[in-house]
Amino acid sequence: MNYRGPYRVRVDRKPIPVCEHVEDAVIRVTRTCVCGSDLHLYHGMVPDTRVGMTFGHEFTGVVEEVGSGVRNLAVGDHVLVPFNIACGRCHFCKQGLFGNCHEANAQATAVGGIYGYSHTAGGYDGGQAEYVRVPYADVGPCKIPETMDLDDAVLLTDVVPTGYQAAEMGGIQRGDTVVVFGAGPVGIMAARCAWLFGAGRVIVIDHVEYRLDFARRYCPAEVYNFRSIGDPVVFLKKTTDSLGADVCIDAVGGDAAGSALHTLMGTKLKLEGGSAVALHWAINSVKKGGIVSIVGVYGPTGNLIPIGNVLNKGITIRANQASVKRLLPKLIAHIEAGRLNPKELITHKVPLEEAADAYHLFSAKLDGCIKPVLVPPTARA
Amino acid sequence: MRNRPIDPSTVPGWGVDADPQNDPTYPMRDIARDDSRGMNWTRPPQQRARVEVLTSIEYNARPAVVGTSVPPRGVSGVIRRQAFRYSESQWAHWLMLMAADRVNVVEGVVDDLARGRVPNVPAEMGARAELAHNRSGLAAKLALTGAAIGLGILVTRLARAERR
Repeated sequence: MNYRGPYRVRVDRKPIPVCEHVEDAVIRVTRTCVCGSDLHLYHGMVPDTRVGMTFGHEFTGVVEEVGSGVRNLAVGDHVLVPFNIACGRCHFCKQGLFGNCHEANAQATAVGGIYGYSHTAGGYDGGQAEYVRVPYADVGPCKIPETMDLDDAVLLTDVVPTGYQAAEMGGIQRGDTVVVFGAGPVGIMAARCAWLFGAGRVIVIDHVEYRLDFARRYCPAEVYNFRSIGDPVVFLKKTTDSLGADVCIDAVGGDAAGSALHTLMGTKLKLEGGSAVALHWAINSVKKGGIVSIVGVYGPTGNLIPIGNVLNKGITIRANQASVKRLLPKLIAHIEAGRLNPKELITHKVPLEEAADAYHLFSAKLDGCIKPVLVPPTARA
Repeated sequence: MRNRPIDPSTVPGWGVDADPQNDPTYPMRDIARDDSRGMNWTRPPQQRARVEVLTSIEYNARPAVVGTSVPPRGVSGVIRRQAFRYSESQWAHWLMLMAADRVNVVEGVVDDLARGRVPNVPAEMGARAELAHNRSGLAAKLALTGAAIGLGILVTRLARAERR
């Protein structure tokens, strides 16, 4: 996959990557997803997204080559690879904050290294390819349990942990009302995971009917189309005895619809780090003393955020890229116990060669697309 | 009725991860119980970068591994190098990178043409998916684009006639 500019990708031949560091591995990809976060890149919203880059931070694959310093992986292992590139030994990794590793991203200190996620996230080519270079191969990759479906495994690289961490960061307590903004794959998974923490009521807000129907069935959740309920903040206040929700989760990020001002400033002129509509709604519809959890991706420049309301309402805000490695054991157990069924999110399985169509399908929300998975030719042989 | 009431106890796994100690107002710190608070660590061996890697000026030392996917080059590369003279807290840094990205798109087209390749822009934009699943939308977009081009031509001709 080769990025050529906003809304333009194609599939080209590139040299097969090699180990560039003693702790690297090279992996032959067997499954790779297009993530909602990739759409922020695809839409040209993330700075330092260079033409010629290969996206893809959700992938599984077979180890083809390992560097001399790799001890835990062997050629032939089938692994799922967390989207974070993490050294496992720095100040942040020691705290379990694998998404904030200090030894993986030269271009920025504010974000860790992420496969195929612009040079702002380190400038690594991603997994929407036949082969991919995996740094710190002893730390990130996790051997796929023999009984696990590959489609479940690939969603463990990002969607499931990000959704789970969104709920975890919300500090959900038994009986809480949880509102999730965004019915994309991560929002749906966040809503599903809110129940695991004992939520008493889960509400999903979006504007695409087929996604809301999917969330209603899969989560299961109450779902509302913000285009038909008037002001979502007023609606949510009224449906929670005017108090507001205990926890609000922003699973949208910088591509949010719903405000002409933010659409113009954030997504068209790009003078904001994306359109912050979902975050506005989250801050304004959470109860006083409530918690806002953010996993939607925003660009790094400023946003018109209602920070005064954060102060006046005494809101706690937590946000992060998911620390996949920390969460994997628990999430694998949930899948094996049948409490989570990630592969049900996959609506489209597309040959890698048709990446441009998969991106458009997902971006334009066509054909009931919730989650597209790309399969490279080497994995189909 | 889509939003019929949901009984939480019927949801598989309900409450299995409930934990009253999960208090998000008290962020997780130092879970390794390391007395030095993890401020020092044995650094991984340094990767020798075979291409130019721009590095944030907020670092004292470059991280041990680096990405090398698309090194800066051309006019966009010049702009990117300038951007990296500013910290991540400066708008100039990010706005210059965004500008470089736009210049880079033009460079990509020029590069394709220089290699004798005319980029198939409709295919790169997923025209096949649009045709298969959104024909009416595609027709509307084409009509809108045609109308905009027609309007542009009309305005240009009127302006020329005015000058004469």
